[in-house]
Amino acid sequence: MRERAPATFHRSGESSLKPTNTQDPDYYHKVVDCQWACPAHTPVPEYIRLIAQGRFTDAYLVNRRSNVFPGILGRVCDRPCEPACRRGRVEEEPVAICRLKRVAADHRDEVAHLIPQKPDTTNGKKIALIGAGPASLTVANDLAPLGYECTVFEALHRAGGLMISNIPSFRLPEEVLDEEIGYIENMGVEIKYNSRIDSLKDLLAEGYDAVFVGSGAPKGKDLNIEGREEASANIHIGIEWLENVAFEHTKAIGKKVLIIGVGNTAMDCCRSSLRLGADDVKVMARKPREFFKASPWELEDAEDENVEILVNHSPKRFVMENGKLVGMEFELMEYELDERGRITDQRVSGSKIIPCDDVILAIGQENAFPWIERDIGIEFDKWGVPVVDETTHESTLKGVFFGGDSAFGPKNIIWAVEHGHQAAISIHKHCENQPVTERMPRGLNLQSAKMGVNEWMYSNTFEGAHRREMPLEDLRSRLKDRKLEVELGFTEEQIVTEVQRCLNCDVQTVFDPPLCKECDACIDICPVDCLSIVPNAEEADLRQTLKVPANNLEQDLYVSEPLKDTGRVMVKDEDLCLHCGLCAERCPTSAWDMQDADIFIPHALEEVKGVAAE
Amino acid sequence: MTSMAKPKISKHLPTNELGLTIRNYEGSMSTLCAGCGHDSVTAALVQAFWELSLAPESAAKVSGIGCSSKTTAYFMGQSHGINTVHGRMPSVATGANAVNGDLHYIGISGDGDSLSIGFGQFAHAIRRNLNMLYIIENNGVYGLTKGQFSASADIGSTTKRGVPNEQTPIDPCVQALTLGAGFVARGFSGDKSQLVPLIKAGLMHRGFALIDVVSPCVTFNDHKGSTKSYAHTYKYYHPLVHTDFVADADEITGEYEADGGMSVTLHDGGILNLRKTESDYDPRDKAQAIDTLMQPRENGEIRTGLLYVDENMADMHEANALPDQPLNKVDYKELCPGSDALGGFLKGYC
Repeated sequence: MRERAPATFHRSGESSLKPTNTQDPDYYHKVVDCQWACPAHTPVPEYIRLIAQGRFTDAYLVNRRSNVFPGILGRVCDRPCEPACRRGRVEEEPVAICRLKRVAADHRDEVAHLIPQKPDTTNGKKIALIGAGPASLTVANDLAPLGYECTVFEALHRAGGLMISNIPSFRLPEEVLDEEIGYIENMGVEIKYNSRIDSLKDLLAEGYDAVFVGSGAPKGKDLNIEGREEASANIHIGIEWLENVAFEHTKAIGKKVLIIGVGNTAMDCCRSSLRLGADDVKVMARKPREFFKASPWELEDAEDENVEILVNHSPKRFVMENGKLVGMEFELMEYELDERGRITDQRVSGSKIIPCDDVILAIGQENAFPWIERDIGIEFDKWGVPVVDETTHESTLKGVFFGGDSAFGPKNIIWAVEHGHQAAISIHKHCENQPVTERMPRGLNLQSAKMGVNEWMYSNTFEGAHRREMPLEDLRSRLKDRKLEVELGFTEEQIVTEVQRCLNCDVQTVFDPPLCKECDACIDICPVDCLSIVPNAEEADLRQTLKVPANNLEQDLYVSEPLKDTGRVMVKDEDLCLHCGLCAERCPTSAWDMQDADIFIPHALEEVKGVAAE
Repeated sequence: MTSMAKPKISKHLPTNELGLTIRNYEGSMSTLCAGCGHDSVTAALVQAFWELSLAPESAAKVSGIGCSSKTTAYFMGQSHGINTVHGRMPSVATGANAVNGDLHYIGISGDGDSLSIGFGQFAHAIRRNLNMLYIIENNGVYGLTKGQFSASADIGSTTKRGVPNEQTPIDPCVQALTLGAGFVARGFSGDKSQLVPLIKAGLMHRGFALIDVVSPCVTFNDHKGSTKSYAHTYKYYHPLVHTDFVADADEITGEYEADGGMSVTLHDGGILNLRKTESDYDPRDKAQAIDTLMQPRENGEIRTGLLYVDENMADMHEANALPDQPLNKVDYKELCPGSDALGGFLKGYC
């Protein structure tokens, strides 16, 4: 018998892809779409499994390590995880990740004794934090248990930043906010209320070892068109107005209210107006719906309360009668879109006056640093924004760090939290006289999930149910009470079903090429046809030769080493994998295995310990 | 087998001319060993049927006894079918075909079912030129009874414990050629790029179409020393011709022939485009086919592909002038004309 490679399986002379390096912690991390999309990299499938087991406290603590405020974020997170969720590609809607986070918070037992405590002694290092919002509070949360003496300077009489001043209580009850901020205060963090910082130079002179600026983007944009000054009594800046409502300086508004702008602040403004006595609230958008900045669920919630959203209305002037605001004139816009949905041309087709009693401007907000002297070594760019390193969060002045909206402009709470984690690492490095750029790398620990023949340490069955809908407070009663929380939280049935919808993307399909005998069993059983054994090729060609073409270019291909019998490669398109483990169950040689991936994201604590966390 | 049936996810899949995805052609959960070649043959059948846009209910699946014969349950759950007695599938298929020639008959058998207990039945189904696709999932052992040699085991091939086989093997393809089959092919469960077009061609061929598929037994015959293991088959795999099935006869074939290819127009529509791989092999030449298969396996080659095709043979229906109309579509009164008519008929024999 001659030794002969079967020519039929080869293509000669073509270039091909290198085997995927699965040692790179980011490869399997990316497969966990939700965790990868979360700025703080919350291990979502892990906490959902804990909820499924009824371990609400553990689920809360897993959340808390990453995102610090599970109760708050379980209600008002911007949820970058949900559009990323693989489930949304497999069927219609993603897992209700944010709702489940709230489940962990709602059903947890006492956790005060389980979270990092105030240490017996301090390390003598003093850190000043400006603004008691999510960014500063996260820095304090990470550093105070390590012995750092953290002092937070807050301009208002309450902590929380925009979480208290801008997010209405009907979305985020004050008790939830106070409880989670309380955990951080109990770590020995001092919050100085009513202490607006007017001069950074003066603060620096007080001898702090490091300063963190987490003062947000507190300046609402104005709209300087005809009539603005004359009608100023009935024109309100969105974020200022929300703050006045939150602290009960404003208790009423006119019957007819127009909201200018269609971001999330606009949604909070329109819904708050309804609770303050308005009965005809219109949100005025300059562009068509696909350009709205508000999250889809916030738009839905507002429309649910009968708020009308009008598109293609561009503000022209405020209309006065007898010295009083009676309406606003808008130009009616028409847009030309190209095939990619971008605006290529616009024209005005007419104008229209819409009557109103009050107008709220919610057209964006900006950073404002009148209190930072320009001669102390902090560089600002031409837009008046400080120059901040994206990894270390250090400004051009050593020892001064920025995070949250004050660093790179308005983002959201979960970004502020991640900024806080990263700034805390930098502050620790700075105080230890180590280079802030030398940071512990991310890590990955894989452990086989096999418990026996076709038995796994996770539930691998596929739950076919659709996304559960959040039960809501009755419309009549919620409009009567500004503080009444609208969302009631998931019921038992909803929790049980929704946790099973999670695909457990962190239980990875791990392939061991030398064991493969190319029997095709995994390919035949895969319910989403994501596996193929094919001759290797360049990526663009390879994507088209798979069992189902891999057309989602945002998702990686796994490419194995050449297989021993034919020299072909095993290719997995990561796009739709259900992580059901059928490939591993069908594999006669265990070349496929399901392995639980623990993705390690270092925080200040691990930098101190110098070792990877459990 | 697996812990659960395959979840029915089809959002990502294209539909065929009937608006069906490939999921609509799958069957119930396989209970075969993980890695069994038979499951790949099942997947190839599903693929072929979906690609041909044949309705699942236009098929009748028939089988005997054995690991192979179980597999009819694992594809096209919406089809007709019957599991028969060991080795007796051809008789049942003959009866079914005689009364309803409209269905696509798919017989799934194994080397035990066809080459030992059912050898006679196998031979006579070929002689009758029954219009069916007959697949032998050939692994050289009796898997259900724990791995004894079957009649297709090669001389020198060993059991799992190292005992060599001394008896001459039966090659179903050679048998079929000598018995007069008009479509004889050999495939491998590990190469769907070859097997799927062969199945499509076999389904569209009028008359008896045999595909002998090397389908390794992962539990009892996948060791070193086996000549029907995955590793051995991959190593000595040798396609003689490459077959493409083209459903639309309008597609240009002249260019293909000019390029050294061959084409065969099938009776029920569709064209087979054949391309030689390495050797000078013409599957329209029966003498060459028998000669090639009878030669000692030079270099251990496992010769695969469409070995022989003859599209001009009368099938059982035509040869016996059976009615075109299936009996289940004949009006009841006509089908069962009553005692008087029977009496009159019987008188003719008195």
